[in-house]
Amino acid sequence: MRSFLYQRATDPGMAVQALSAAAAANNPLTQAAAQPLAGGTTLIDLMKLDVMRPAAIVDINPLAQGWSGIETGGEKLRLGALAKMSDVAAHADIQRHYPVIANSLRLAASAQLRNMATLGGNVMQRTRCSYFRDISYQNCNKRIPGSGCAAMDGVNRMHAVLGTSDQCIATYPGDFAQALIALDATVEITGKSGTRSMPFAQLHKAPGNTPDIETTLQPGELISAFSIRGRWPRSVYLKARDRQSYEFALSSAAIALDVQDGVIRDARVALGGVATVPWRAREAEALLKGRKFDNGLAQRAADAAFADAKGRQHNSFKISLGKRLVARALQQASTMEV
Amino acid sequence: MTVAAPEPKVNMGNPVPRYDAVVKVTGRATYASDMPLANPAYAYLVTSAIAKGRVESFDLAGANRVRGVIDIVTHENGPKLKELKLYSNGGYAGTTIQPLRSADIAHDGQIIAVVIAESYEAAREAANRVKVSYTAVVPSATFDSPGTTTAAAKGQNSQFKEDPQVGNFAKAFEDAEVKLTASYDTPTQHHNPMELFSTSCAWIGDNLVIYEPSQYVYGLKNGVAEQLGIDADKVRVVNPYVGGGFGSRGSMTPRTAIIAAIARRLNRPIKLVPTRDQGFTIATYRAETRHEIKLGASRDGKLVALRHEGAEVSSRPDPYCVGGTKTTTRLYACPNVDSLVSIVRADRNTPGFMRSPPEVPYLFALESAMDELAVKLNMDPVELRRINDTTNEPIGGKPYTSRSLMACFDEAAKAFGWSQRSPEPKSMADGDWLIGYGCAATCYPTQMGPSAARVRLQRDGRTRVEIAGHEIGTGAYTIIAQTASERLGVPLEKVAVFVGDSELPPAPVAGGSNSTASTCSAVMMVCDQIRQRLFKAMMPNQSLTDRAKETVGIGQTPATRAAKSDRSLDLEKAFDALGAGVVEEYGEWKPEDAPPDSFQAMHSGHVRLVGGHSLKDKIAYAFGAEFVEVRVNRFTHEIRAPRLVGAFAAGRIMNPRTARSQLMGGLIWGMSSALLEATEIDQRTARYVNDNFADYLVPVNADVPGVEVILLSEQDDHINPAGAKGLGELANVGTNAAVCNAIYHATGQRIRKLPVRLENIEV
Repeated sequence: MRSFLYQRATDPGMAVQALSAAAAANNPLTQAAAQPLAGGTTLIDLMKLDVMRPAAIVDINPLAQGWSGIETGGEKLRLGALAKMSDVAAHADIQRHYPVIANSLRLAASAQLRNMATLGGNVMQRTRCSYFRDISYQNCNKRIPGSGCAAMDGVNRMHAVLGTSDQCIATYPGDFAQALIALDATVEITGKSGTRSMPFAQLHKAPGNTPDIETTLQPGELISAFSIRGRWPRSVYLKARDRQSYEFALSSAAIALDVQDGVIRDARVALGGVATVPWRAREAEALLKGRKFDNGLAQRAADAAFADAKGRQHNSFKISLGKRLVARALQQASTMEV
Repeated sequence: MTVAAPEPKVNMGNPVPRYDAVVKVTGRATYASDMPLANPAYAYLVTSAIAKGRVESFDLAGANRVRGVIDIVTHENGPKLKELKLYSNGGYAGTTIQPLRSADIAHDGQIIAVVIAESYEAAREAANRVKVSYTAVVPSATFDSPGTTTAAAKGQNSQFKEDPQVGNFAKAFEDAEVKLTASYDTPTQHHNPMELFSTSCAWIGDNLVIYEPSQYVYGLKNGVAEQLGIDADKVRVVNPYVGGGFGSRGSMTPRTAIIAAIARRLNRPIKLVPTRDQGFTIATYRAETRHEIKLGASRDGKLVALRHEGAEVSSRPDPYCVGGTKTTTRLYACPNVDSLVSIVRADRNTPGFMRSPPEVPYLFALESAMDELAVKLNMDPVELRRINDTTNEPIGGKPYTSRSLMACFDEAAKAFGWSQRSPEPKSMADGDWLIGYGCAATCYPTQMGPSAARVRLQRDGRTRVEIAGHEIGTGAYTIIAQTASERLGVPLEKVAVFVGDSELPPAPVAGGSNSTASTCSAVMMVCDQIRQRLFKAMMPNQSLTDRAKETVGIGQTPATRAAKSDRSLDLEKAFDALGAGVVEEYGEWKPEDAPPDSFQAMHSGHVRLVGGHSLKDKIAYAFGAEFVEVRVNRFTHEIRAPRLVGAFAAGRIMNPRTARSQLMGGLIWGMSSALLEATEIDQRTARYVNDNFADYLVPVNADVPGVEVILLSEQDDHINPAGAKGLGELANVGTNAAVCNAIYHATGQRIRKLPVRLENIEV
């Protein structure tokens, strides 16, 4: 960890100002000289590891009063970016109308971390790739653009099989983002010129040739809220992992179905633990829509979700695991009592 | 009584609460890095990013600019230290790879610089700013890597004297009615004790005080003195509490003398708290192993031939090996036995002791093979063990001092509900989960070492016990206090115990599960000396036999009737008769069959353990049986172990509460070893990749919903005065095989490589 300036935000304008002043236009935001601090569960780790070296930290927790609401009335859900993971997971309306959200949060991290971590910080969580998190490795395109990728032929059991490039195979590690992307969430962003909204699906960027650029956020911009239209009581989040708790997904599936008279009117399939970004499996959704559910259909949808997957030496198992998990999650969603 | 404090059975002590319970749960226990130092400077290590090659140059400009940096020590200005000598070679160290001696790098994460600064934060920041240029050479990572060399362990490791053999294996195997040949692999594992590998050094004139978590304060004291070239009496090691050891702190690491030398040069106390990932490379670890087992049996299940071949990885310069064939060739009755252990040298740090070093990998192989043989014979695996149970080990024919293996199997089977198992694989399920039951034997050699103790008794019953034992979380304070209390007949709350300080009378390394047997035998002996003095004072003319032995230094419990008597001592009368306010006795105890230089070695920090198969005319082991229920998810193939049941017999159980805790921890560790723990090595660079607690998985509470420990009553009068067999390393031995045997039952799939992960299951 290096010495840094600590500032407390007094209002959103001040936070945006402090963050954008320090951001150089030609630098990815992850390397900006000023970084926002919410729960701190990723940022502080990475600073101790010397992976992130901000000169200044802007503590945005004072904005919680305006930015941590959980609004579930009517047909629209609005979640403030500074709401704590644990509060949202425990919310009765979320558990009832959006089980996929409640479970994606409940199955993430540990109770202690969920008490600290915020929703906005959670979706911005950075990869757990060991070669990224250890600066003694010189080959990491995400940390040092153009330096290569040590994971490509290294210890890559936890790495991605979807959305990879020949520059980076680091997995997006979160759970909640899969629920958001499945439910067509909108992300509300506060910046210099006020507030803008965009589909959550446009927030993360696949690595391509620039793995160091992870999101489409502009200098000084902060996530202030997420919103979702409609209710999704027939939804599940399944997560396969090495231990029973406090562990990242080897593969996860966020599934939401709208079934009427036995016919799937709408289907949402998102994948975690297997992709470089929160991953929407639209091919699988297309197969499901307008059909009656059966196990064969679930299997075909699962196969479609992984049709483009590419495994490496130690992570190829994620393809068959992911398919089995998606099929099982679809079965569970289809038989839910709602 | 509660689950945590089981009702004592015959030959068990009381389950009194831990002596140090309150200070521990209230956070007042002082660990090494908690010790206050006057105006300390802080050290932070810079470790190598390559596994083989050399440092060409350092660029220290950026580091030196960090405010508060005092010094940066590299091989160019490093301390001149005497050579590291291995403990197995008459020295004290666990490795001979001495950092900061030259530009050469022998393994990943070797210490290449030490930054000293006014604060921990400044030292860390400066360390991160040290730039190193290397010339890297392609290293050999592990088995099968180009450039490794392989040779038999016998002849290169002084502690591995013999590949046990008896009869004619080749012929017996050829003629056997039923045969099994199978290979097994175990992974690299790191101890990861909670307390980091910290070291604080403070000089007071010519005297050095070291605060460091150590499992052997006498070894560390003498080892550091030797490296610094000073008198060992000038070095004191203090660690009243150690936050876990598991073998990682048994022998000296190079860091201690380095920090001591820098503290001397700067004339200032220095505190080093290395990081979790540095702990993977500046200390030792359990090396990966490979095994081939051949079993031949008659159709009725009697073993007629057994061969165990093992290979283990070590570093280039040091021939470390665990050689568990000494146990696996003696566990079952079998007339024809053969074995061979080899060491494979790679560009790695030197491995070292890790909880049950030989037994964990070698019994995983044997107990998995026994299960496979039971399947071939269409026999219950418990019955296969019963058929091959023995009272004498087959290699030398020596009798086991006591052996309750089958009693353990029967008790554990009953508690587990083994009779409910339908033997056919894949025949039990619950919803999405396939269920499997598996079992395995566990054992650990009973070992003892020479130990001294000093006990002071006051007229009012207050008692002070001093012994340089180690509280590594096992309950040393508690059982030493209990022993003195019982022996002297004073209330437990009047006994004060002092351990973890090299100024106290020497005790052995807290390793090989010898501590209870050794320290309690010594404390018992010295308490008896006190009783003898007091009784003599009260009955000056009592019979002749009482004069038989004046005990100091002769290593045996006083043979007097008075001392041995069960009658209680009226302390006030006795002290009045003696005309003194305090009685203090010092004594040195050594086990039967201890080598002649035992007491000398004890004072100079050399280990002299005896026991297991090395006893002259007998063999001493503790035994147990472990049963595991696993559940394997049909869809995800996730593997969970909701129930672990173990029954154990280990001679006298000093305290059922602390014993249960050790055994429970062992069962959990064993499950963890089977399903979670492995250090991943990058084959290209010979570097440890998952060197942190997020990626090196250990179980969380949700992984261990059910653990049951059953303590069997066992009396053994042939091992040591305390009658105790060490059990700290007993429970984590059999679990690896029990888990895999259960996975076979659940899925029909035999897994011979640890850890078992979901991608290894094909349902």
